[in-house]
Amino acid sequence: MSKSMLSLTVNGRTRDDVVPDNMLLVDYLREVVGATGTKVGCDGGECGACTVIVDGKARHACLTLAVSCNGKAVETVESLERNGRMSALQRAFNEKLGAQCGFCTPGMIMASEALLRHTPNPNDDDIRRELAANICRCTGYVKIIESVHAAVAETSAKEAAE
Amino acid sequence: MEYLPNFKTHRPSTAAEAVKFFAESDEPRYLAGGTDLVVNVRRGIETPQTMIDLTGVEEMTGISDAGGGLRIGGATVLREIAESPIVRERYAAVAEAAGEVAGPTHRDYGTLGGNLFLDTRCLYYNQSEWWRASNDYCLKKAGEVCHVAPSGKRCFAAFSGDVAPALLVHEAEVELAGPGGTRRVPLQDIYRNDGLDHLATQPGELLVAVYLPASTAGIPSTYVKSRVRGSIDFPLAGVAVRLQRDGADVSDLVVALTAVNPYPHFVKGMDAHVGKPLDDEALDAIRDTVRTQAKPMQTTTVAPWYRRRVVGALARRLVSKLYEAQG
Repeated sequence: MSKSMLSLTVNGRTRDDVVPDNMLLVDYLREVVGATGTKVGCDGGECGACTVIVDGKARHACLTLAVSCNGKAVETVESLERNGRMSALQRAFNEKLGAQCGFCTPGMIMASEALLRHTPNPNDDDIRRELAANICRCTGYVKIIESVHAAVAETSAKEAAE
Repeated sequence: MEYLPNFKTHRPSTAAEAVKFFAESDEPRYLAGGTDLVVNVRRGIETPQTMIDLTGVEEMTGISDAGGGLRIGGATVLREIAESPIVRERYAAVAEAAGEVAGPTHRDYGTLGGNLFLDTRCLYYNQSEWWRASNDYCLKKAGEVCHVAPSGKRCFAAFSGDVAPALLVHEAEVELAGPGGTRRVPLQDIYRNDGLDHLATQPGELLVAVYLPASTAGIPSTYVKSRVRGSIDFPLAGVAVRLQRDGADVSDLVVALTAVNPYPHFVKGMDAHVGKPLDDEALDAIRDTVRTQAKPMQTTTVAPWYRRRVVGALARRLVSKLYEAQG
């Protein structure tokens, strides 16, 4: 089996690992790094449960080879909390019932995070368009869209207060 | 999903290096975004022993001016093309088509070259190993019978890339790097009418860049597709149209189709409508011409007769829309 050296940052921390060339990013994150927040749903890029952020852009970890992330910055849902406190997005998904069974939630939150980085004040259409690659079987999506709006509202209220 | 084969991965930094790796490797495949290839590998359809990861090849990314036209690197991601102001201004259909591929996350890492070199698709082919095994495989992979047309010896898997027809109507050329050097050919020359083997490129050839000519820049164009799920899907039928109006007359009309043939198809006979005003009769004739040349087969869950009707209706609608918008 061919292995390669992989040097990257995962959730802000530099790592060097020797990984098999055919290892998928999702397996690397879950089994080598131990960050099991990222989920494997369809395993074929259709459901979005494995969405992580690589160099600032959303990406399916189940269709990405770990070694192709050499030198890049990978962020998973675990990166969002600060000192044990959830981020505005995580809190909004919790409080607005954007998560029901919760399996799609890490992917939904990371796709939403990627959206908010380039569009800080999205309207309904922006959210629908940018979360189109993420499937949820529970919520019917209405609560998810409300959650993203609630996170934006909380963040802007906080910024106004500061 | 299957386990991945034990392939070795190379990560070259130039196109020449990539071509060299390809020539020297055992069962190699070029890999860019992986949204199509990795899925096919996991389904056991492809069994590469070497992957050549193109994401580190800088000369293959980015959009730049080329004498009033544009050069778009083969590994440029689709979102960059869809959101590029210069692509939207000069070649509207190309930006629209790039923005219609799959879902937003796929467009963040799926590339132009990957969309142009997309494998053909079929209901009996894009399935898991056990699904295909239980169906005695198919002509395209490991089997002897085409389940779509059992009496024939041809494969009808459909080319399902969105961007190719939009590039065709703007007369794009592609730069290919291969073991024999670099060459530049019209985009349509890299395809052939064979679902089993639809790429007419040489083994090891790599799509370095796409060139869009200045001569078609700014001519109004548009792209639309029909699909099962509005949010994320391959096209059931896709149509790109380029139309220039001069007074009441159509002075330029080009139509290309995707997902209804094993290759992206230039619609023949559109010249008959140039130099004349566009009335309902002409629009109906365009619709019927498109329906005659589209050859959808039972390669999707949606019936061929429906896709044939849809492709004609979409073409008629787009031609009419571009004509009216310039009135």
